Amino acid sequence: MNFIKLLESLSNKELLSEKSSRRDSFNQFKNVGRNVALASIPFGLAASSSKAKAATSMAAVQEDTTAVLNFALTLEYLEKEFYMKGLESGVIADDDMTVFETISKHEDAHVEFLLNALGENAVAKPTFDFTGAPGGLELDPFMENGTDQQTAYTQFMALAQGFEDTGVRAYKGQAVVLSSQNDLLDYGLQIHSVEARHASQVRRMRMEKGWITKAENTLPEPFAPIYAGEDNTMQGGVQLAGKFGDFGGDAALTEAFDEPLNKEDVLAIGGIFIVPEN
Amino acid sequence: MKSNEIKALDPKEEIKGRDRRKFLKMGGLAIAGSGLLLACNDDDDFGNTLPPDPDADFDLGEGNLGILNYAYALEQLEAAFYAEVIKGSYYDGLEAGPKQMFLDTYNHEQIHRAFFKTAITTAAPSEDMVLPDLEFDFSSLDFSSEADVLGTTIALEDTGVAAYNGAGKLIDTSDDAGKAYLTLAGKIVSVEARHASAFRDLMNPNSSDFAGDDVLVGIGTDPAFDKAILPGDILNAVSGLGFITTPFTAKNLPTE
Repeated sequence: MNFIKLLESLSNKELLSEKSSRRDSFNQFKNVGRNVALASIPFGLAASSSKAKAATSMAAVQEDTTAVLNFALTLEYLEKEFYMKGLESGVIADDDMTVFETISKHEDAHVEFLLNALGENAVAKPTFDFTGAPGGLELDPFMENGTDQQTAYTQFMALAQGFEDTGVRAYKGQAVVLSSQNDLLDYGLQIHSVEARHASQVRRMRMEKGWITKAENTLPEPFAPIYAGEDNTMQGGVQLAGKFGDFGGDAALTEAFDEPLNKEDVLAIGGIFIVPEN
Repeated sequence: MKSNEIKALDPKEEIKGRDRRKFLKMGGLAIAGSGLLLACNDDDDFGNTLPPDPDADFDLGEGNLGILNYAYALEQLEAAFYAEVIKGSYYDGLEAGPKQMFLDTYNHEQIHRAFFKTAITTAAPSEDMVLPDLEFDFSSLDFSSEADVLGTTIALEDTGVAAYNGAGKLIDTSDDAGKAYLTLAGKIVSVEARHASAFRDLMNPNSSDFAGDDVLVGIGTDPAFDKAILPGDILNAVSGLGFITTPFTAKNLPTE
């Protein structure tokens, strides 16, 4: 099942789609919020019973969640290989080794977990090229092409931040799909927040804040899509821009909410480092 | 009066809930906590058929409204804590970088708090179903002490992460509002995780503590996953801190 088909099969694909339609969807949520969601639908409906009912087509649910887990596995393969190569290459400054060994260990465990969960349904690891050549870049984060350590490490750190912040957005974007299966939603969220811990740490090592202000970043321009939409100020159907002058204003507002990314956008970012097959 | 008047549960309810969970999670790798139902009085046999007692403690409610009130209670706690932090001498004496981290976090939690108040007031059928402003007592903390301020900060942020992670599956996503609530929880929990990481690193720079084995669990693997803890266990832990002085109950929250 390809991911376009999967997107079409989502029960509420607008939520995961581009920004304009997401806004429409939140407006809709606002309008129906009081009347439909909370009056005609009994508020006391236990999550379990509604989930059981929603799961009338277990096969379809299974197909969706398998696709999500494979999507996650692809990202985790990428992170795992990136940190493994980084640790082997000698590019990492001595003072930072503990941090990157820790992150690397976590990505290894995420891959191991997803492989266990998927069994024979797991996708194979793609071929990665961290020079970014598939996306037209010429990076050398592992000093394989004669780049000096300082320059290579700057690139390595920028990529690490980009991968972690993308990972946070990617898992967040799939939460609703996983919500048909409580255990998988738990696991997805449990990985999601660890990616956020990683992201915060790497950002701070790069002298950025641990949190994302508007769509600002210090990564090279080709990575702008990683932060596109992080400046959203509309939450739960309510426009919050300008409402928090006493609490850091719109800068703090956008920091206080991380934004999801849909699969298509995540894979476009990942595609910069994935060698196309044949 | 401290909120640790929250008592043990009606054993009948506990068994019922646990059996149901066991049934639904059969075959899964569930590692969730025990999901205690919190009870403040003994009228469970009659449940909601009793007329509401105007003097009774506020109950968070059921379904998605209950979960929103639960998150709102945690955000109120965090917001109130950081409001004290930034008035204290530990904060005052910090260098610019860490000071900005606390100020930013104070702002974020104030924004979360205000957001939940607005969202719940909009969503709730009546105003008396919105968690009121809670009162807090932080007198057990010394706000000039790094150990007290930074230690409590880390505890609250780690707790927030585990709480949102554990509440995700309790959100009924069968309608668009529920889906939006789950996405919103996701938007907030990663910010709590960013806070937790940053303050853990402030405590022990360049170590593995930002995502340390002390706070992570393994799922058939080495530790690499944040915890996902159910509301009953979170509320027991939080009430044990003794900061929340307004009693409230959580008798009707979903447990699956």
